[in-house]
Amino acid sequence: MTTPAAVPAPADTILSVNNIEVIYDHVILVLKGVSLSVPRGGITALLGANGAGKTTTLKAISNLLHAERGEVTKGSIVFEGEEVQALSPNDLVRRGCIQVMEGRHCFGHLSVEDNLLTGAFTRRDGHSAIRDDLEMVYQYFPRLKVRRASMAGYTSGGEQQMTAIGRALMSRPKMILLDEPSMGLAPQLVEEIFEIVRKLNEEQGVSFLLAEQNTNIALRYAKYGYILESGRIVLDGEARALRENEDVKEFYLGVGGEGRKSFRDVKHYKRRKRWLA
Amino acid sequence: MDFLHSILVKPFADMASAPDFLIQVLWEGMVSGVLYALIALGFVLIFKSSRIFNFAQGIMVVFAALTLVGLHERGVPALLAVPLTLVVMFFLAVGIERVVLRPLVNQPDIILFMATIGITLFLIGFGETIFGGENKRMITQELGIPTGSYIFEPFGGFVSIEQKDITAVIGAMVLVAGLLLFLNKSKMGRAIRALGDDHQAALSVGISLSTIWVLVWFIAGVIALVTGIAWGARAGVSFALEVIAYKALPVLMLGGLESVMGAIIGGLMIGVLEKLFEIYWGQPLLGGNTEVWFAYMLALLVLLFRPQGLFGEKIIERV
Repeated sequence: MTTPAAVPAPADTILSVNNIEVIYDHVILVLKGVSLSVPRGGITALLGANGAGKTTTLKAISNLLHAERGEVTKGSIVFEGEEVQALSPNDLVRRGCIQVMEGRHCFGHLSVEDNLLTGAFTRRDGHSAIRDDLEMVYQYFPRLKVRRASMAGYTSGGEQQMTAIGRALMSRPKMILLDEPSMGLAPQLVEEIFEIVRKLNEEQGVSFLLAEQNTNIALRYAKYGYILESGRIVLDGEARALRENEDVKEFYLGVGGEGRKSFRDVKHYKRRKRWLA
Repeated sequence: MDFLHSILVKPFADMASAPDFLIQVLWEGMVSGVLYALIALGFVLIFKSSRIFNFAQGIMVVFAALTLVGLHERGVPALLAVPLTLVVMFFLAVGIERVVLRPLVNQPDIILFMATIGITLFLIGFGETIFGGENKRMITQELGIPTGSYIFEPFGGFVSIEQKDITAVIGAMVLVAGLLLFLNKSKMGRAIRALGDDHQAALSVGISLSTIWVLVWFIAGVIALVTGIAWGARAGVSFALEVIAYKALPVLMLGGLESVMGAIIGGLMIGVLEKLFEIYWGQPLLGGNTEVWFAYMLALLVLLFRPQGLFGEKIIERV
């Protein structure tokens, strides 16, 4: 079921990643040929455990790898029909692809509103358009309007996640790379954030590539999913099909299929069914 | 007993007996403090936005002043020489960004710090080659800076305040106010603060590093020029000024590396305290010339008790 190298991108694909390899510090091979694509207006999930390479994949797309001494050594990344590996993050944001980083990364000493306004850095369409979008963000996140003057560093985790997403929205993105939005948030808040993602997707037409460890919720909101393990895509499919897949249930959703197993059996089972080969 | 008396009592008795002289000393200290603060401000701005400890800030002051005077010597009218010097400082900023910062991005801080020492040495050599190493007179009158002085007679005493010092203080205040306004209200200022807070996040929202760096180094250049004019008017323009420029280092230790307010208050404190110490303790007890080292001693003491400086930025940590 693994995607073959270099998939020809259909016309309604906003982003396609073709067989990329990423190396950190010239020696550490982190992604070993990852291919995926995101349809225009879709929500696609990128799933996997810690260290599988989800964040690296997103950073490779948004070109933030350079700041961490990583580089894409093979393959290509095509956004809206053009190869973008050589662009700076600044250029990419200008073209409509922006990343919301794992762990929120708000500007702690800036007010919530200033945080949102930094998202409009690349825009050239004038003050009033930016003000309008600020109001739009406040409509999606009424809580941010209340906290607009507080320093972002002193707001709650949920508010910071909202600030980070709102900040990305201020750049008028066509596509948001959302990294681990559920991290460290209460289940109810996670639900709230994902609802907003769905609303943004439906009302603003923003496409999402969503990296998540929380497979359960990600597969409920996404239409399509990829599962990443040790730098390779090991499984992909429609979200509904993935949710029904026995292996996904076993490894990622935590619901074993055929009753209780002894520890030895589990290990054996895993070894036999390893997708890595 | 005598010794304690001369340390703890006599200086204050002197201050009380000649308040006019005290006022004069405080004023002199404040003027140099304002200039220390300006140099420190250049450091803070660059450190905040790029985590680079810019050792070259002091030399940029000398370089800006030299360029201004040098242009004037070559026949450029004074009022034209100022914008031309700003243009030079702009291209210096662009050059530093292209040649030094961009290739070294992501290198450890210490390497960038070494690079700024390199810039320092380059600017000294380059400046001397072009403008010569001798002491030059600042073109104070030509710039329209008044050179007279006001005499006050408080408490029946005598205080003389030079108009060029007043001009320097006012100039510095305008510059700082403008800078604060720029940092807090403009889009670029917001981006500078954002970059200082979280480098990665700033990149992720599309803030362009090279634009901000050129901007910040240019602002540091503008500050350097203003400082250079003010200082040149007092002491002439030569590379001997760099000794004074290094006074910004204790100011930074005192005020904290990333606080604009800290730089200002730290600068004023060092300027005033070192002058007071020199006049009332240094000269009678230690034979004078304490201004050379007093600021560093003070900074050391502060480091012992508050390593982040008096106004170091609080690290926000939610529990």
